[in-house]
Amino acid sequence: MIPMSYYLILSSILFSIALAGIFLNRKNIIIMLMSLELMFLSINFNFIIFGNYLNDLVGQIFVFFILTVVAAESAIGLAIIVVLFRNKKSINVEDIGRLKG
Amino acid sequence: MNIELIIFLIFSALVLASAIGVVVVNNPVKSAINLVFTFFSSAVLWMLLNAEFLSIILILVYVGAVMVLFLFVVMMLDINITQAREGFVKYMPFGILLFFIISGLLSVFFYSQFENTNENIVLSIDLIGTDNTKNLGYLLYTEYIIAFEIAAVILLLGIISAITLTHTKNQDTKYQVPSEQVSATKKDRLTIIKDSGETK
Repeated sequence: MIPMSYYLILSSILFSIALAGIFLNRKNIIIMLMSLELMFLSINFNFIIFGNYLNDLVGQIFVFFILTVVAAESAIGLAIIVVLFRNKKSINVEDIGRLKG
Repeated sequence: MNIELIIFLIFSALVLASAIGVVVVNNPVKSAINLVFTFFSSAVLWMLLNAEFLSIILILVYVGAVMVLFLFVVMMLDINITQAREGFVKYMPFGILLFFIISGLLSVFFYSQFENTNENIVLSIDLIGTDNTKNLGYLLYTEYIIAFEIAAVILLLGIISAITLTHTKNQDTKYQVPSEQVSATKKDRLTIIKDSGETK
Protein backbone atom coordinates (compact mmCIF):
# COMPACT_ATOMS: atom_id res chain seq x y z
CA MET A 1 0.00 0.00 0.00
CA ILE A 2 1.33 3.41 -0.95
CA PRO A 3 1.35 6.04 1.82
CA MET A 4 -0.97 8.93 1.19
CA SER A 5 1.78 11.48 1.79
CA TYR A 6 3.59 10.25 -1.35
CA TYR A 7 0.62 11.18 -3.51
CA LEU A 8 0.23 14.52 -1.75
CA ILE A 9 3.91 15.38 -2.24
CA LEU A 10 3.63 14.41 -5.93
CA SER A 11 0.65 16.71 -6.43
CA SER A 12 2.32 19.60 -4.59
CA ILE A 13 5.47 19.27 -6.74
CA LEU A 14 3.26 19.20 -9.85
CA PHE A 15 1.51 22.37 -8.65
CA SER A 16 4.80 24.18 -8.08
CA ILE A 17 6.11 23.15 -11.51
CA ALA A 18 2.99 24.68 -13.05
CA LEU A 19 3.34 27.84 -10.97
CA ALA A 20 7.00 28.22 -11.97
CA GLY A 21 5.95 27.61 -15.59
CA ILE A 22 3.54 30.55 -15.50
CA PHE A 23 6.32 32.78 -14.20
CA LEU A 24 8.95 31.54 -16.65
CA ASN A 25 6.87 31.64 -19.83
CA ARG A 26 5.32 35.02 -19.32
CA LYS A 27 5.64 35.94 -22.99
CA ASN A 28 3.93 32.86 -24.37
CA ILE A 29 0.26 32.70 -23.47
CA ILE A 30 -0.23 29.18 -24.85
CA ILE A 31 2.36 27.71 -22.48
CA MET A 32 0.69 29.68 -19.70
CA LEU A 33 -2.61 27.95 -20.50
CA MET A 34 -0.84 24.58 -20.51
CA SER A 35 0.65 25.33 -17.08
CA LEU A 36 -2.88 26.13 -15.94
CA GLU A 37 -3.95 22.67 -17.11
CA LEU A 38 -1.12 21.18 -15.04
CA MET A 39 -2.35 23.10 -12.01
CA PHE A 40 -5.86 21.76 -12.49
CA LEU A 41 -4.41 18.26 -12.77
CA SER A 42 -2.63 18.55 -9.42
CA ILE A 43 -5.79 19.91 -7.79
CA ASN A 44 -7.77 17.00 -9.17
CA PHE A 45 -5.12 14.70 -7.72
CA ASN A 46 -5.71 16.23 -4.30
CA PHE A 47 -9.49 15.80 -4.61
CA ILE A 48 -9.14 12.12 -5.49
CA ILE A 49 -6.58 11.46 -2.75
CA PHE A 50 -8.65 13.08 -0.03
CA GLY A 51 -11.80 11.42 -1.34
CA ASN A 52 -10.05 8.11 -0.88
CA TYR A 53 -8.81 9.12 2.56
CA LEU A 54 -12.27 10.13 3.77
CA ASN A 55 -13.86 7.08 2.11
CA ASP A 56 -16.19 9.39 0.17
CA LEU A 57 -17.04 9.40 -3.51
CA VAL A 58 -17.90 13.11 -3.63
CA GLY A 59 -14.26 13.95 -4.29
CA GLN A 60 -14.47 12.09 -7.57
CA ILE A 61 -17.79 13.80 -8.42
CA PHE A 62 -16.07 17.13 -7.88
CA VAL A 63 -13.20 16.12 -10.17
CA PHE A 64 -15.79 15.26 -12.82
CA PHE A 65 -17.25 18.77 -12.66
CA ILE A 66 -13.80 20.37 -12.63
CA LEU A 67 -12.95 18.47 -15.81
CA THR A 68 -16.14 19.77 -17.45
CA VAL A 69 -15.51 23.38 -16.50
CA VAL A 70 -11.83 23.20 -17.50
CA ALA A 71 -12.76 21.82 -20.92
CA ALA A 72 -15.12 24.77 -21.50
CA GLU A 73 -12.54 27.22 -20.13
CA SER A 74 -9.73 26.01 -22.35
CA ALA A 75 -11.97 26.07 -25.42
CA ILE A 76 -12.92 29.70 -24.75
CA GLY A 77 -9.33 30.60 -23.86
CA LEU A 78 -8.00 29.15 -27.09
CA ALA A 79 -10.72 30.97 -29.05
CA ILE A 80 -9.63 34.22 -27.42
CA ILE A 81 -5.99 33.45 -28.32
CA VAL A 82 -6.98 32.83 -31.95
CA VAL A 83 -8.83 36.16 -32.12
CA LEU A 84 -5.91 37.93 -30.43
CA PHE A 85 -3.42 36.45 -32.86
CA ARG A 86 -5.63 37.42 -35.79
CA ASN A 87 -5.67 41.03 -34.63
CA LYS A 88 -2.19 41.53 -33.17
CA LYS A 89 -0.10 38.91 -35.02
CA SER A 90 1.55 37.87 -31.75
CA ILE A 91 0.76 35.88 -28.62
CA ASN A 92 2.83 38.05 -26.32
CA VAL A 93 1.04 38.72 -23.07
CA GLU A 94 2.34 42.28 -23.00
CA ASP A 95 0.47 43.10 -26.22
CA ILE A 96 -2.86 42.28 -24.61
CA GLY A 97 -2.94 45.45 -22.53
CA ARG A 98 -4.54 47.51 -25.25
CA LEU A 99 -7.48 48.72 -23.20
CA LYS A 100 -4.99 50.75 -21.10
CA GLY A 101 -7.10 50.00 -18.03
CA MET B 1 8.95 -3.49 -2.18
CA ASN B 2 5.63 -4.42 -3.69
CA ILE B 3 4.55 -4.00 -7.29
CA GLU B 4 2.11 -1.15 -6.50
CA LEU B 5 4.88 1.01 -5.07
CA ILE B 6 7.11 0.30 -8.07
CA ILE B 7 4.33 1.35 -10.48
CA PHE B 8 3.69 4.46 -8.42
CA LEU B 9 7.36 5.46 -8.41
CA ILE B 10 7.82 4.89 -12.15
CA PHE B 11 4.72 6.81 -13.20
CA SER B 12 5.17 9.65 -10.74
CA ALA B 13 8.69 10.12 -12.10
CA LEU B 14 7.20 10.18 -15.61
CA VAL B 15 4.56 12.73 -14.53
CA LEU B 16 7.14 15.06 -13.02
CA ALA B 17 9.61 14.70 -15.90
CA SER B 18 7.01 15.43 -18.57
CA ALA B 19 5.54 18.29 -16.50
CA ILE B 20 9.00 19.88 -16.40
CA GLY B 21 9.16 19.24 -20.14
CA VAL B 22 5.93 21.22 -20.67
CA VAL B 23 7.45 24.23 -18.98
CA VAL B 24 11.03 24.08 -20.27
CA VAL B 25 10.82 22.85 -23.89
CA ASN B 26 11.05 25.74 -26.35
CA ASN B 27 8.66 24.47 -29.03
CA PRO B 28 4.94 24.78 -28.13
CA VAL B 29 4.07 21.65 -30.14
CA LYS B 30 6.58 19.62 -28.15
CA SER B 31 5.30 21.02 -24.90
CA ALA B 32 1.70 20.08 -25.87
CA ILE B 33 2.89 16.52 -26.51
CA ASN B 34 4.65 16.53 -23.14
CA LEU B 35 1.34 17.57 -21.59
CA VAL B 36 -0.38 14.61 -23.29
CA PHE B 37 2.25 12.35 -21.75
CA THR B 38 1.67 13.91 -18.33
CA PHE B 39 -2.05 13.17 -18.61
CA PHE B 40 -1.40 9.55 -19.62
CA SER B 41 0.92 8.92 -16.68
CA SER B 42 -1.39 10.56 -14.19
CA ALA B 43 -4.30 8.47 -15.53
CA VAL B 44 -2.31 5.41 -14.45
CA LEU B 45 -1.84 6.96 -11.00
CA TRP B 46 -5.58 7.69 -10.75
CA MET B 47 -6.21 4.03 -11.45
CA LEU B 48 -4.00 3.18 -8.49
CA LEU B 49 -6.18 5.54 -6.44
CA ASN B 50 -9.37 3.58 -7.30
CA ALA B 51 -10.70 6.26 -9.65
CA GLU B 52 -11.04 4.07 -12.73
CA PHE B 53 -13.82 6.02 -14.42
CA LEU B 54 -12.05 9.35 -14.01
CA SER B 55 -8.78 7.98 -15.33
CA ILE B 56 -10.49 6.78 -18.51
CA ILE B 57 -12.30 10.14 -18.75
CA LEU B 58 -8.96 11.90 -18.38
CA ILE B 59 -7.60 10.03 -21.37
CA LEU B 60 -10.75 10.27 -23.51
CA VAL B 61 -11.72 13.87 -22.81
CA TYR B 62 -8.37 15.44 -22.06
CA VAL B 63 -6.02 13.67 -24.40
CA GLY B 64 -8.71 13.08 -27.01
CA ALA B 65 -10.42 16.46 -27.09
CA VAL B 66 -8.74 19.23 -25.15
CA MET B 67 -5.16 18.43 -26.08
CA VAL B 68 -6.08 17.98 -29.74
CA LEU B 69 -7.67 21.42 -29.56
CA PHE B 70 -4.43 22.76 -28.08
CA LEU B 71 -2.38 21.13 -30.82
CA PHE B 72 -4.72 22.54 -33.48
CA VAL B 73 -4.36 26.07 -32.15
CA VAL B 74 -0.58 25.78 -31.65
CA MET B 75 -0.09 24.54 -35.19
CA MET B 76 -2.54 27.06 -36.68
CA LEU B 77 -0.79 30.07 -35.17
CA ASP B 78 2.54 31.05 -36.65
CA ILE B 79 4.42 31.68 -33.42
CA ASN B 80 7.71 33.49 -33.30
CA ILE B 81 9.50 31.16 -30.89
CA THR B 82 12.56 33.32 -30.21
CA GLN B 83 10.35 36.26 -29.29
CA ALA B 84 8.15 34.07 -27.14
CA ARG B 85 11.22 32.79 -25.26
CA GLU B 86 12.39 36.28 -24.28
CA GLY B 87 13.04 36.65 -20.57
CA PHE B 88 13.05 32.89 -19.92
CA VAL B 89 16.68 32.88 -18.76
CA LYS B 90 16.22 36.16 -16.94
CA TYR B 91 13.39 34.82 -14.81
CA MET B 92 14.95 31.36 -14.42
CA PRO B 93 16.51 31.87 -10.93
CA PHE B 94 13.29 33.38 -9.64
CA GLY B 95 11.25 30.52 -11.09
CA ILE B 96 13.49 27.86 -9.56
CA LEU B 97 13.40 29.66 -6.20
CA LEU B 98 9.59 29.84 -6.37
CA PHE B 99 9.40 26.16 -7.27
CA PHE B 100 11.56 25.09 -4.33
CA ILE B 101 9.81 27.34 -1.82
CA ILE B 102 6.26 26.32 -2.75
CA SER B 103 6.95 22.62 -3.24
CA GLY B 104 9.10 22.43 -0.10
CA LEU B 105 6.49 24.11 2.07
CA LEU B 106 3.64 21.99 0.73
CA SER B 107 5.65 18.76 0.95
CA VAL B 108 6.74 19.39 4.54
CA PHE B 109 3.18 20.25 5.51
CA PHE B 110 1.64 17.21 3.84
CA TYR B 111 4.33 14.86 5.09
CA SER B 112 3.99 16.03 8.68
CA GLN B 113 0.19 15.94 8.60
CA PHE B 114 -0.41 12.67 6.79
CA GLU B 115 2.69 10.66 7.58
CA ASN B 116 0.96 7.82 9.41
CA THR B 117 -2.21 7.53 7.37
CA ASN B 118 -1.17 4.81 4.96
CA GLU B 119 -3.70 2.34 6.34
CA ASN B 120 -6.54 4.74 5.59
CA ILE B 121 -6.37 4.31 1.83
CA VAL B 122 -9.35 2.14 1.04
CA LEU B 123 -9.59 -0.41 -1.72
CA SER B 124 -12.89 0.78 -3.18
CA ILE B 125 -15.69 3.07 -2.16
CA ASP B 126 -18.93 1.14 -2.27
CA LEU B 127 -22.36 2.76 -2.49
CA ILE B 128 -24.50 0.33 -4.51
CA GLY B 129 -21.82 -2.05 -5.68
CA THR B 130 -18.12 -2.54 -6.09
CA ASP B 131 -18.16 -0.87 -9.50
CA ASN B 132 -16.63 2.62 -9.48
CA THR B 133 -18.55 3.74 -12.58
CA LYS B 134 -21.85 2.45 -11.16
CA ASN B 135 -21.31 4.26 -7.87
CA LEU B 136 -20.34 7.50 -9.58
CA GLY B 137 -23.37 7.33 -11.86
CA TYR B 138 -25.64 6.65 -8.91
CA LEU B 139 -24.41 9.75 -7.09
CA LEU B 140 -24.38 11.86 -10.25
CA TYR B 141 -27.98 11.12 -11.23
CA THR B 142 -29.51 11.41 -7.77
CA GLU B 143 -27.81 13.88 -5.45
CA TYR B 144 -25.91 15.91 -8.01
CA ILE B 145 -28.41 15.99 -10.86
CA ILE B 146 -28.76 19.80 -10.84
CA ALA B 147 -24.99 20.27 -10.85
CA PHE B 148 -24.79 17.77 -13.70
CA GLU B 149 -27.28 19.74 -15.79
CA ILE B 150 -25.53 23.02 -15.00
CA ALA B 151 -22.33 21.40 -16.25
CA ALA B 152 -24.12 20.58 -19.51
CA VAL B 153 -25.23 24.21 -19.84
CA ILE B 154 -21.65 25.36 -19.20
CA LEU B 155 -20.43 23.14 -22.03
CA LEU B 156 -23.09 24.61 -24.34
CA LEU B 157 -21.94 28.08 -23.28
CA GLY B 158 -18.38 27.08 -24.17
CA ILE B 159 -19.43 25.95 -27.65
CA ILE B 160 -21.45 29.10 -28.36
CA SER B 161 -18.84 31.53 -27.08
CA ALA B 162 -15.95 29.82 -28.89
CA ILE B 163 -17.87 29.86 -32.18
CA THR B 164 -19.02 33.47 -31.88
CA LEU B 165 -15.51 34.59 -30.96
CA THR B 166 -13.70 32.96 -33.85
CA HIS B 167 -16.32 32.91 -36.59
CA THR B 168 -15.85 35.50 -39.33
CA LYS B 169 -18.35 36.18 -42.07
CA ASN B 170 -17.26 35.05 -45.49
CA GLN B 171 -17.56 37.90 -47.99
CA ASP B 172 -18.35 35.62 -50.95
CA THR B 173 -21.29 33.86 -49.35
CA LYS B 174 -24.77 35.22 -50.02
CA TYR B 175 -26.88 35.76 -46.93
CA GLN B 176 -30.60 36.43 -46.52
CA VAL B 177 -31.49 39.55 -44.55
CA PRO B 178 -34.92 38.76 -43.05
CA SER B 179 -35.60 42.30 -41.82
CA GLU B 180 -35.18 43.72 -45.31
CA GLN B 181 -37.36 40.97 -46.74
CA VAL B 182 -40.17 41.71 -44.32
CA SER B 183 -40.05 45.48 -44.70
CA ALA B 184 -40.02 45.40 -48.52
CA THR B 185 -42.96 47.22 -50.12
CA LYS B 186 -44.40 47.22 -53.59
CA LYS B 187 -42.38 50.36 -54.46
CA ASP B 188 -39.05 48.64 -53.84
CA ARG B 189 -39.75 45.83 -56.24
CA LEU B 190 -41.99 47.33 -58.93
CA THR B 191 -41.28 50.34 -61.11
CA ILE B 192 -43.85 51.65 -63.58
CA ILE B 193 -42.41 53.09 -66.76
CA LYS B 194 -44.43 55.41 -69.00
CA ASP B 195 -44.70 53.99 -72.47
CA SER B 196 -45.96 56.10 -75.33
CA GLY B 197 -47.36 53.09 -77.13
CA GLU B 198 -45.85 53.94 -80.53
CA THR B 199 -43.99 51.36 -82.53
CA LYS B 200 -41.32 52.20 -85.04
